[in-house]
Amino acid sequence: MMISNRSFMLRLAFWSLARRRSRLLAALIGVTLGAVVLLGMLTLCYDLPRQFSQEFRAYGANLAISGLGSGRLSLEDLALARQLAPPDKLLGLTALRYESVRNRLRPYTAVGVDFDQIKKTSPFWRVTGQWPQEPGDLLVGADIALGTDLKEGAYATIDGRDDQQARYEKDFRIVGTLTTGGVEDGFIFMTLTDMETMTGTTGVADLAEASLGLDSERLKVLAAQIKANVPRLEARLVTRVTDSESNVLGKLTYLVYLVALIVLALTMICVATTMMTVVLERRKEIGLKKALGAENWRVRREFLAEGVLIGVLGGFLGALGGVVFARVVAENVFGRALTPHLYLIPVTMAAMAVVTVIACRAPVKKAVAVEPALVLKGE
Amino acid sequence: MSDNYILEIYGVSKIYGAVAALKDVTVKVPQGQWVAIMGPSGSGKTTLMNIIGCLDTPSEGRVILDGLNLGDLSHAGLTAIRRESIGLIFQEFHLISYLTALENVMVAQYYHSMVDESEALAALARVGLRERAKHFPKQLSGGEQQRVCIARALINHPKLILADEPTGNLDEANERLVMDILRQLRAQGSTIIVVTHAQEVANQAERVIVLEHGRLAQDRLNGPPVELGVSLVPGQGLNETLFSEEPRAESSFSRKTG
Repeated sequence: MMISNRSFMLRLAFWSLARRRSRLLAALIGVTLGAVVLLGMLTLCYDLPRQFSQEFRAYGANLAISGLGSGRLSLEDLALARQLAPPDKLLGLTALRYESVRNRLRPYTAVGVDFDQIKKTSPFWRVTGQWPQEPGDLLVGADIALGTDLKEGAYATIDGRDDQQARYEKDFRIVGTLTTGGVEDGFIFMTLTDMETMTGTTGVADLAEASLGLDSERLKVLAAQIKANVPRLEARLVTRVTDSESNVLGKLTYLVYLVALIVLALTMICVATTMMTVVLERRKEIGLKKALGAENWRVRREFLAEGVLIGVLGGFLGALGGVVFARVVAENVFGRALTPHLYLIPVTMAAMAVVTVIACRAPVKKAVAVEPALVLKGE
Repeated sequence: MSDNYILEIYGVSKIYGAVAALKDVTVKVPQGQWVAIMGPSGSGKTTLMNIIGCLDTPSEGRVILDGLNLGDLSHAGLTAIRRESIGLIFQEFHLISYLTALENVMVAQYYHSMVDESEALAALARVGLRERAKHFPKQLSGGEQQRVCIARALINHPKLILADEPTGNLDEANERLVMDILRQLRAQGSTIIVVTHAQEVANQAERVIVLEHGRLAQDRLNGPPVELGVSLVPGQGLNETLFSEEPRAESSFSRKTG
């Protein structure tokens, strides 16, 4: 039976690995561990922005939308802007309408919002009592509740004047107290619908806040799209949130890349050391092959083939381990499940094959330099 | 040069620093001859063997193997000669430990041309190891390992078989087996050069060359010693001097090197 030279070369490499397991175990373990960390880090690198983006959403919205100039924005325009945001990345969007109102002649700032959405855009809001659910439900800021009779369970009549100075009035029941530690503690909150009913003015708001799972670059792109497609609106990034997010994510990504790089370097050293030992142990075999007529390029190719096999096998085993590693880290550090990215498995295998080939360079040079006449005589 | 000579060595010396391992050695070996090279340790036997086997190059002199002047060849050219024309048999067998007997033979095919498993099996069968083909070297006796080594040396039909102490690590029974194989090869017309310390091995050869301190001390046919400088071409008798004449024309030695 004839066997092609390429096939026999691969068989030689396979036999060398399979039948000399103990010698190559160290290299294989090194490559496998390297691949575990590499795939784990790549997976985390891919998922970190998403994971942290969700973490950062706890600090509030990252995109503010207002009417052009000092004008109010129309809810119709806001609906158009909403369509521009990727649905899977839009965590929450709420319009906010501010009105100066009174209660028992004392002035307050009332804010009309969509409470279901504001829970998503401002997850840091803490409410004691209940969130407004029914028409006529009112939420008061902690500062107001502290210094007035507007407390949870009380009834309040809110009045004010519209743009035409016509007086309006509506009765509310206070269902909860809001604590944020910010300016919101000095406001009273009602549903946008109640505010529209109370004031008689509909379809407008002063501001809209959106919480999106996008990094600052993609947020800038979205803001530009909103400006271009809905010219009456102005969208801008909430920089105190986006800058912090970019900063933290940038440093974390850098750290992950650095760790991956160090691991690759250590893997390379491990493989190079092991292969160098292998070459020294196999000097007679190399000398014999050269005595039988093996050209230097064949000796080089055989060792590189062994290196590639170690890299591919270690890369595959390590990649499987890396999927588990990334999942464990994601669950224990970020408290979230992680979606495995299967395409990273061949990427890791290829990366480890490249690493082992580079690591084999010096040992292969040593192998090619073997003088058959000397080593076959035991010198 | 006569085409009857597979090997011609003219005034070859090998100098390592201040030490001359070979000094002005001239030998011509006709095709089909069995030559034993003898001599004490350090006499230059192995150096001469390495030069003939293209594993080393002389400091001075000229070696012509199968019509090719080795001095004209590059490193790759010498490698090709080893692959194409020489079969090496070692005292220590030098089998690759993680390959079976069959695979060890196939390795030589792989470097030569194309691997043919049935041909490699046939080579093992010729040395009586057909049933041991799937065994690893550590599962084989010394004699069996040497026979695998011989099968490997013969698989590519070399023009010249170089054996370095082929029975040096064998017991008497295995020595007889190996010598039988060499005798068969000789009968089939192979050219064999054996380096040996053992007189009984040398006695099997047609011709014995003795080196001492790097110099050619004796060159004789088995039986009565012959005068140095006399050709020992089978069938030609003692009718041609070995050392007195230089190659007739350089071109005749370089017919394959161009």
